[in-house]
Amino acid sequence: MSIDRSDVERIAHLARLNLNEQDIPAYTENLSSILNLVDEMQQINTDGVEPLAHPLDAVQRLRADEVTELNQRDKLQAVAPAVEEGLFLVPKVIE
Amino acid sequence: MRDMFEKTLSELAQDLRNGTVSSVELTQTFIDRINRCDSDYNAFITTTPELALQQAKAADERLAAGTADPFTGLPIAHKDLFCTEGVKTSCGSKMLDNFESPYDATVVAKFKSAGAVMLGKTNMDEFAMGSTNESSFYGVCKNPWDTRRVPGGSSGGSAAAVAARLTPAATGSDTGGSIRQPAAFCGITGIKPTYGRISRYGMVAYASSLDQGGPMARSAEDCALMLNVMAGQDPMDSTSSAHPTEDYTASLNNSIQGLKIGVPKEFMSADLDSAMAAQIEAAIKQLESLGATIKEVSLPNTRMSIPAYYIIAPAEASSNLSRFDGVRYGYRCENPKDLEDLYKRTRGEGFGSEVKRRIMVGTYALCAGYYDAYYNKAQQIRRLIQQDFMRLFEEVDLIVGPTTPSPAFNIGEKANDPVAMYMEDIFTLSLNLAGLPGMSVPCGQVNGLPVGLQLIGNYFDEARLLNVAHQYQQNTEWHTLSPVKA
Repeated sequence: MSIDRSDVERIAHLARLNLNEQDIPAYTENLSSILNLVDEMQQINTDGVEPLAHPLDAVQRLRADEVTELNQRDKLQAVAPAVEEGLFLVPKVIE
Repeated sequence: MRDMFEKTLSELAQDLRNGTVSSVELTQTFIDRINRCDSDYNAFITTTPELALQQAKAADERLAAGTADPFTGLPIAHKDLFCTEGVKTSCGSKMLDNFESPYDATVVAKFKSAGAVMLGKTNMDEFAMGSTNESSFYGVCKNPWDTRRVPGGSSGGSAAAVAARLTPAATGSDTGGSIRQPAAFCGITGIKPTYGRISRYGMVAYASSLDQGGPMARSAEDCALMLNVMAGQDPMDSTSSAHPTEDYTASLNNSIQGLKIGVPKEFMSADLDSAMAAQIEAAIKQLESLGATIKEVSLPNTRMSIPAYYIIAPAEASSNLSRFDGVRYGYRCENPKDLEDLYKRTRGEGFGSEVKRRIMVGTYALCAGYYDAYYNKAQQIRRLIQQDFMRLFEEVDLIVGPTTPSPAFNIGEKANDPVAMYMEDIFTLSLNLAGLPGMSVPCGQVNGLPVGLQLIGNYFDEARLLNVAHQYQQNTEWHTLSPVKA
């Protein structure tokens, strides 16, 4: 499976990754060789095999719906790049 | 008299009990060693000498008052993906270069309450993605046995720090071999427990269905001491297991007479360096002389663990790492013109190239229309790999083989060829896919470089792995070899 420059640009957009123009050829080559490697999977017949999502086939644990968390907003927001009055700041979204 | 820094955790614990050394003296010894020697290795991203001495002082008070735990006063280092309140947690990335966690990881909190002393945070491949430590934003860490070579990864800093006697032990994490492979390359002992044995809370996520923290130390006995602190269910990690924990030191001295060991022929194959194969065979003979019976077995899907892993792990990573958006924590680009520009430039500038590669592979594999061909197929192969192991554990108690196909390679040797790098993980990946526990134990040297023997156990069979490793170490000296010149 080989991919081209436009595939890489599309994937990078979906992943919200800005790539440097000069790095795109190397990514195209690397991703193609990785996809060739993973395509080896197609040699194996897996008809009827149940996919394994959790090694121990565990089910989601439930707990009582009780308030246990303290309000730590100031502490948690102290590491944010831009905050005002308890809100995270981002560039204007709605014109 | 042996230097204090050459002693194991178990020996140091005894010295602290006897009062022949205080935790403050011990801690100062390692702080001095880090200051003097780490410029040769780059094993630490952050050191915390003041905090360490405070913790050591408190530990000495507990020891004097008779309220000490077995771990009280012992120095350790944490891989820099375990969140530490008030101390930088970078995950080896520019993205988190400015990040001080507001809380402690459960593993960190458990060591704190046991009275351990934290010397600092160790270097690692960025977001634990790598087998060489070359993808770290903080520069490559070097192998103490030969500083032109890689220490392995992703827990390369932890392995190098233990091998170079900068700390008696360190925590690591293992998603595809990241404890076992650097342990093998650096000649130390490391164990990746069963998936869910140790809480992942506060351990920065790479691939959540594969990630597992674990101990890295100088001996199996020391790993058992650490696992006693680390293991157990955690209400903060819903995937942590309720399976009962045990005292992992209790069975170390059991005989391994009658133990049935399987050696997969796919591990002793053309993929394995021939000089290393001789060392692995000698180690297997040693286990046989201790009373084990050896049998050749087969893990037919071993080769398929590579493509399956390199779909599942990047797919989970692409989802996990979407949290790094420049809004809530971590790096943010300068002067974003709109929200999309903020996301794209923050992530483009904050992540290194291997992380970007894996995010893109994962994004591609999860695209509409590709899910069945990639992710679902990989999860089906994962089931086949697990079934192979389960069949073997009906006839053997333990599986052994090499940890890696070759000893530590040169820095830069595989840096530009991700696929060549991924092939190096062939013997470690299948355990993570199946969620099984595995260990690496030093078992020889090739051209002065350590060789690791991998032990693989059934689910929650950590005590047996540690027992077998300890019995092996009681009868061999490979784990006592030091790269530090006297």
